[in-house]
Amino acid sequence: MTAITDALVIMKRQLLQLVRVPEVLIFSTIQPVMFVLLFRYVFGGSISSGQPGGYVQLLMPGIFVQTVAFTLAGTAVGLAADMQKGLIDRFRSLPISRGAVVFGRTLGDAALNVVVLGVMGFAGFVVGWRPSSGFVHIVFGFLFLLVFGFAMSWIGVIIGLSVREERVAQNLVFISVFPLTFLSNAFAPTTGMPKALQYFAEWNPVSTMVAACRELFGLKNEFGATAGSFPSSHPLVMSLIYMVLIMAVFMPISIRKYIKAANK
Amino acid sequence: MKSVIAENLVKTYNKGSVRALDGLSLEVEEGTVLGVLGPNGAGKTTTVRILATLLNPDSGHASVGGIDVLKSPSEVRKIIGLSGQYAAVDETLTGWDNLVMFGRLYHLNANAAKARAEELLEQFSLSESGKRPIRTYSGGMRRRLDLAASLIVKPKVLFLDEPTTGLDPRGRQEMWGVIDELVKGGVTILLTTQYLEEADQLADEIAVIDHGKVIARGTSDQLKLQVGGERLEIIVENQHLNATNEIVARISGSATSIDEGMRQVSAPVTTGSKALIEAARALDEAGIHPLDIGLKRPSLDDVFLSLTGHVAEEKKEEEPTDPREKRRRIKEAKKGAKK
Repeated sequence: MTAITDALVIMKRQLLQLVRVPEVLIFSTIQPVMFVLLFRYVFGGSISSGQPGGYVQLLMPGIFVQTVAFTLAGTAVGLAADMQKGLIDRFRSLPISRGAVVFGRTLGDAALNVVVLGVMGFAGFVVGWRPSSGFVHIVFGFLFLLVFGFAMSWIGVIIGLSVREERVAQNLVFISVFPLTFLSNAFAPTTGMPKALQYFAEWNPVSTMVAACRELFGLKNEFGATAGSFPSSHPLVMSLIYMVLIMAVFMPISIRKYIKAANK
Repeated sequence: MKSVIAENLVKTYNKGSVRALDGLSLEVEEGTVLGVLGPNGAGKTTTVRILATLLNPDSGHASVGGIDVLKSPSEVRKIIGLSGQYAAVDETLTGWDNLVMFGRLYHLNANAAKARAEELLEQFSLSESGKRPIRTYSGGMRRRLDLAASLIVKPKVLFLDEPTTGLDPRGRQEMWGVIDELVKGGVTILLTTQYLEEADQLADEIAVIDHGKVIARGTSDQLKLQVGGERLEIIVENQHLNATNEIVARISGSATSIDEGMRQVSAPVTTGSKALIEAARALDEAGIHPLDIGLKRPSLDDVFLSLTGHVAEEKKEEEPTDPREKRRRIKEAKKGAKK
């Protein structure tokens, strides 16, 4: 029980930071909104979507997934900064449950995603995004995105606790996640890629997530299915498997890492 | 009763190539302050981190408040406070936010945590700045808040790791005042410092450590005695050096030393102020007017020098490990030389 309240106190700290330094929230929403506008108006004309409502219908799920995938950046950088400043040491010297700090952090980042997704959804709506699946499915779609962000966040915990400096965390995340989000069906059809990359894109969790979201928001998936493989024909199931896998693997490692973090 | 016991702590890094602690043992009597004194890299922080349950030693035992640090770390965490160079607060939040958060993490309920935060801000003269983010605080205020955060549940044992490193003289004085108050309140404190003056001022007992071992311990006076008693020191004009030397030699009865650069003659004396008066009189009779004359008790610097054979440098610049940084510094040094 105290484990949960401890985690909530840590999470509250993060939300309080947003109140005290509102710039953080502003900038973490500006970037995705900028992406929505850029992709919508720069590439929107040249990528044929074959969907009613145009490219923006396909684009929005892609940008949503990219944004929540980058949740791990916030987690990693935040934890690396806490480590560097000694805050983690203080937390570890307190009589709190061992997982509280990392759980609080990942929950806080998930909470931030609620706001970011809300703002992006609104921006999307303004530039023509119209999900057609009905209220329940749309809510499911957003829940799905939040859980994916939460799962990715746990990878961020390990990165944040492993590096010596926050800048290293930032670069590490950038060079690993950026290719992952582009080697997918998020922004353009995979059919134009070299064969080997197509297979990679097919199994890329980002692709299955994007495909699953498109389904949940009422679109037919035309970008994925290059080989009719399992992930492209069952994106929702495959995404769930990925999320469970990520959490099952990274949660225990992360908590272990936290407990040992400063033991060096 | 001993509140803190460390026995034969060993901690190595980089697969044993660096021995941070090399069989360190120390004890702190309940209600007293132990000053752990040593230069950078002597093992001070490692010791604190082990006692505060943040780090496991390779071997050795430690207990705090009678509780085994290795066997029941979570019990130890309930009775300790940690503050200093490596324990920190959230700089984006206000002082008040931080104290309430830490109060909640010590499992106070919301109201109790708020009340305690008010109380601590008041106690540390931070009431007015409590609503400001910590990044706007001065160094001294920040350290005081950091200390306040470690006192939320009135710990039995407090670890202060270099509490005044990096503070200006005023900030240091304020911090000393605060720590003094705590001592009067009866809390047991283990304090690390590289400032000899600080250990002298705050600690009941001092443990001098170097290369991961305690090399001497005792009260400040005991340590000074260990180095030797008082010295008579006289500074005169150059032409009087020899005459003065004869006078000092007669009064002291032991070997004198002359420092021509400093124009100083000095020698150990055992008769204290009597020797001083005798010397003043003899100089006066000889028509020599000393520029300075006095008795000097050994400082803790002298203690350190005589114990370790090297000076405890307060601002020892560490050798950079990054080769690029090394090259940069060499370049800069060359540039400086040309000018």
